[in-house]
Amino acid sequence: MFARRTMLMAAALAVLSMGARPAAAVDLTMYYPVAVGGPVTKIIDDMVSRFEKDNPDIKVTAVYAGNYTDTMTKAMTAMKGGQPPQLSVLLSTDVFTLMDENAIVPFDGLVSDKAWFKEFYPAFMANGQIDGKTWSVPFQRSTIVLYWNKDAFKEAGLDPEKAPASWDDMVEMSKKLVKKDGANTTRWGVEIPSTGYAYWMLQALAIENGQKMMNEPGNEVYLTAPKTVAALEYWVDLSRKHNVAPAGSIDWATLRTDFLEGKTAMMWHTTGNLTAVKDAAKFQFGVAMLPAKERRGSPTGGGNFYIFKSASPEQQKAAVKFVQWMTAPERAAEWSMKTGYVAVSPAAYKTPAMETYAKSFPQAIVARDQLEHAVPELSVHENGRIYKFVGDAVQAAITGAQKPQEALAAAQAQSDRVLRAYK
Amino acid sequence: MADRRHLAGSRMTDHAASSPIVSRRAGSQAWWNAVNAWLLLLPAAVLLIAFTHFPILATIRHSLFITRRNGTEAFVGLDSYRAMAADPIFWKALGNNFWFALGTIPTSIALALVMAVWVNRNMRGRGFLRLAYFTPTVLPMIAVANVWLFFYTPDYGLLDQLRGLFGLAGWNWLGDPSTVMGCLIVMVIWKEAGFFMIFYLAALQQLSPDLEEAASIEGASRWYTFRRITFPLLMPTTLFVVINAVINSFKLVDHLVIMTKGGPNNASTLLLYYIYEVAFTFQDSSYAATLTVVLLTLLSGIALLKFGYLDRRIHYQ
Repeated sequence: MFARRTMLMAAALAVLSMGARPAAAVDLTMYYPVAVGGPVTKIIDDMVSRFEKDNPDIKVTAVYAGNYTDTMTKAMTAMKGGQPPQLSVLLSTDVFTLMDENAIVPFDGLVSDKAWFKEFYPAFMANGQIDGKTWSVPFQRSTIVLYWNKDAFKEAGLDPEKAPASWDDMVEMSKKLVKKDGANTTRWGVEIPSTGYAYWMLQALAIENGQKMMNEPGNEVYLTAPKTVAALEYWVDLSRKHNVAPAGSIDWATLRTDFLEGKTAMMWHTTGNLTAVKDAAKFQFGVAMLPAKERRGSPTGGGNFYIFKSASPEQQKAAVKFVQWMTAPERAAEWSMKTGYVAVSPAAYKTPAMETYAKSFPQAIVARDQLEHAVPELSVHENGRIYKFVGDAVQAAITGAQKPQEALAAAQAQSDRVLRAYK
Repeated sequence: MADRRHLAGSRMTDHAASSPIVSRRAGSQAWWNAVNAWLLLLPAAVLLIAFTHFPILATIRHSLFITRRNGTEAFVGLDSYRAMAADPIFWKALGNNFWFALGTIPTSIALALVMAVWVNRNMRGRGFLRLAYFTPTVLPMIAVANVWLFFYTPDYGLLDQLRGLFGLAGWNWLGDPSTVMGCLIVMVIWKEAGFFMIFYLAALQQLSPDLEEAASIEGASRWYTFRRITFPLLMPTTLFVVINAVINSFKLVDHLVIMTKGGPNNASTLLLYYIYEVAFTFQDSSYAATLTVVLLTLLSGIALLKFGYLDRRIHYQ
């Protein structure tokens, strides 16, 4: 009697659990960071649901956890709490930290054909390939570009089709673009954001000045190199000497609004904001590569897919399938058109949809063209800390609290102390 | 308990014959009383120990160790404290916290008192006024921060639009180290004063009207009545509010996440926000524990001051 009842219950349980989920479904949780304007979450949700339709045996839950730093924080905290996601998009530069924390697996062992890695732009693979292994696959990738307001250029008597090509050009043109109403400046010449990702902007300036910011093994930074200091001096001079940029720090998140409101004629920002700017701009605008000092240049930026070590082998396999689906040329092209991020493979730019789009909106391919001048984004061990040191130094100099030389020397000393452990 | 034992002892001398039984009964009764008291306190004590006292001890212990990448712990003694003493960001955060407390506490309490006295009178629209003063308290800090972020936005924020009316140039309120702290202080005063007002209002309504009547018969001026009668009688409330305000000045950091992220160049970093950054962004739990011990010491110091010193100097009715 008792045995029969137990068996019945077991059978009922089995039936119930089978009813709850389709046979052998794999559940994936993905953390996803949002760093730009526009309906990014909606676009991702839509892509995820189409993937699920194509692959009914895999269920993906996208969790939006804030900006890149917040998402990394959430992923690390979840991991220490024993419940990490199975995959996540995180800064491509977080790779050292994730390796140090023993959090991720390389893709090499999970894919059947490593030729897949060759389909991406090498510049985007650079941050993720360490010691001959591929630890991440690019997706939400960008470079910094210069947005300019053509109407403002016309009004200031400048050629609206010509963006500044050099640092000096940018200062000279900015001086003409500044518009004043008594003591009040109603339009600034140029704004470079100094909160959130200040290290990224400083790196762009340093590259253009011919200076690398870090070494390959990720345990050294070059903040006090004379050319890095000169880069920061140029940035500071925009507001303190030339008066073409507002004093004080410029917020990453509100800068797009400044540009759209016509408060600044030019801005440096991620290409990931392109579609959001395009949809909201009430004026003609152009997009250009960043101006050159010794050379053109921008760091690459943005997020890559990572697969977590703690996921089961089935989950890891499902995660790779999802990543391959998301980065396939048609999807990469679609993603690029909907946001402005750079599509991650040359094949994406050869799809008919992308070709048509680029013809009607040539701004869409500027960031891609800039890739030939691009270098990998600043990526070292203890990235979070180093970013803070650099960010603090930039803000100290921008606000006039310290001279660029002093501020960077302090950041260099702090970074050296932290990185000593990784030599 | 001591009284009762004394009582039992005195009975013992009076009735020598029955005394051993009586004293035993009294003794066991006292014992049962003690056990009962402890049993009643037990549920709360268990929760407090599990979720407050044990974590505090664990934090102190953790601050003496570092966790290696492979998960093993190594004893480093006071090394983390030495590193903290040499950490300029820590000192900056601590200093900021001091100015933040000094800027918010006296003003918000004074404002709360004035508002409470104001809305305690019989007048038209009193309910509406009380509600209006209390509204900021009801709003979540994150919402408040977003509203004030709009006020402070350079050039087209509310504040700069007002300045524009007078022909003044825009100012980068939150992007300038000299103004960022002041901006946050004003916002927090706005948020806190209504909350403290409620306590003062409750206390004012407890005061007997006789005192005020007597004072007016004696010909005391309103200001004199307030200074010599009302305010001293409100002292217990003031103490309560002060303690709350001090604790809040260490606890409130939500707005930093929205408005400044502690910047520019740490000009608005507060101790708790720095702890969050170290623990969760830098994933350095042992240094975060060290910083937490400092915060704990500060707050327990304030609690000791209240229970040990201030409580005795204040007149409770």
